[in-house]
Amino acid sequence: MTELIIIVMGAILVENFVLAQFLGICPFLGVSKKLSTALGMSGAVVFVMTIASAVTWLVNKYLLVGLGLGYLQTIAFILVIAALVQFVEIVLKKLIPPLYRSLGIYLPLITTNCAVLGVALINVKRDYDLLKSVLYSMGAGLGFTLALVLFAGVRERIEQCDIPESLKGLPISLIAAALVSVAFFGFQGLFSN
Amino acid sequence: MIQEILIPASVIGSLGLLFGVGLAYASKKFEVKVDERVAAVREALPGANCGGCGQTGCDGFAEGVVAGTCPVNGCPVGGTELVERLSEILGVKVDMADIKVARVMCAGTYSNCLNKFEYSGIRDCTAAANLYGGPSACSYGCVGLGNCARACPFGAIVMENGLARVIESKCTACTKCVAACPKKIIKMVSNSKEYTVKCSSLDKGGLVRKNCSVGCIGCGKCSKVCPTGTITLHGTLAEIIPDGCTNCGECIKVCPTKSIQRNRCGYVVNVD
Repeated sequence: MTELIIIVMGAILVENFVLAQFLGICPFLGVSKKLSTALGMSGAVVFVMTIASAVTWLVNKYLLVGLGLGYLQTIAFILVIAALVQFVEIVLKKLIPPLYRSLGIYLPLITTNCAVLGVALINVKRDYDLLKSVLYSMGAGLGFTLALVLFAGVRERIEQCDIPESLKGLPISLIAAALVSVAFFGFQGLFSN
Repeated sequence: MIQEILIPASVIGSLGLLFGVGLAYASKKFEVKVDERVAAVREALPGANCGGCGQTGCDGFAEGVVAGTCPVNGCPVGGTELVERLSEILGVKVDMADIKVARVMCAGTYSNCLNKFEYSGIRDCTAAANLYGGPSACSYGCVGLGNCARACPFGAIVMENGLARVIESKCTACTKCVAACPKKIIKMVSNSKEYTVKCSSLDKGGLVRKNCSVGCIGCGKCSKVCPTGTITLHGTLAEIIPDGCTNCGECIKVCPTKSIQRNRCGYVVNVD
């Protein structure tokens, strides 16, 4: 039980996908301008990551490893994630329209989010079982949410500030992102093992 | 030897095929029926996705029109032709005279309204308004730093002497300025109504008089003189109820502070 909690908390804080592993930087900078869009994107990422990790785990275990085709992981996982996102979109549109509307454009965008592929590959590399994979992925998604929401708050404050002309826009955002990332390095060594 | 190539290729190929068939089946099985009229309306729209209607794009507007949440004449790009086309598709009649425009409910230019302090922060109404309610002595009035003018995609708002003015012939009722104004003094009104109380102050008459030479002091003369009784007083602020107003212009003659003003737009021209 302790191990599972450590996996989840570790994925959120210590190994934060955006701020410590630098995966999924594109959506991190792209949709963190407003808190509401940041929440929409994060919700979609948590959702897709959790499902994708379970499916990729099954594909890896019973198809790729079984046939000795471990080297096809990357391409097979991308295929799985892309198909899965499409499928989830179709199903959500029919069954849960409010959720579909709130996720909106972010759902198809996640297909190309490297954090989703990253989490699937890390699960394999670390030999996690199905439960651990799903929990780690959920933690990774929540960590992504935390990073995005924190940073959206920072950016909304930056908007109101008087910034030197040469730093306006993306430069000041990158500096702010670096500072937030440095702050997250304080979590390194939170769990010693 | 050849197997080493064939097996991985067939595994990935069949995986792809499986997903493809699965998705095709799912899209049939979970198909969402789209209202035919939405598609027809979408077809008729310009398709520029400019967001001028206040929706996320043409798709959102098409859905809104069919659902009845957006006005049929809400697309600023399509113009009269589009309105006719849409009313044909939807089978509704649209009164062309009843086109909304934005009006700034304040007449406090720099020369009319006193200053509380000199503001030298960033040129943004929201930022200025957060600082003790803004530099203007009247806490209800136009801040004058032009958030609405910057928000207007059609260049229909100009800043004149610290006051926003809507050029009504250019206004397309996209309501972006209404959302941009931190003081919430821009209102959507029917363009056929010429007379508006250009004041939003809820302060007591004496205070209004002290701060601003054109503020409504709530004397009630207009409401007494109005032949159709459509002017009501909310505390110390007069309001012309659009439904009853006949554009007679009696109110403007008696208003002592000239806070009732006349707007004329291209559609309705009265000869007096």
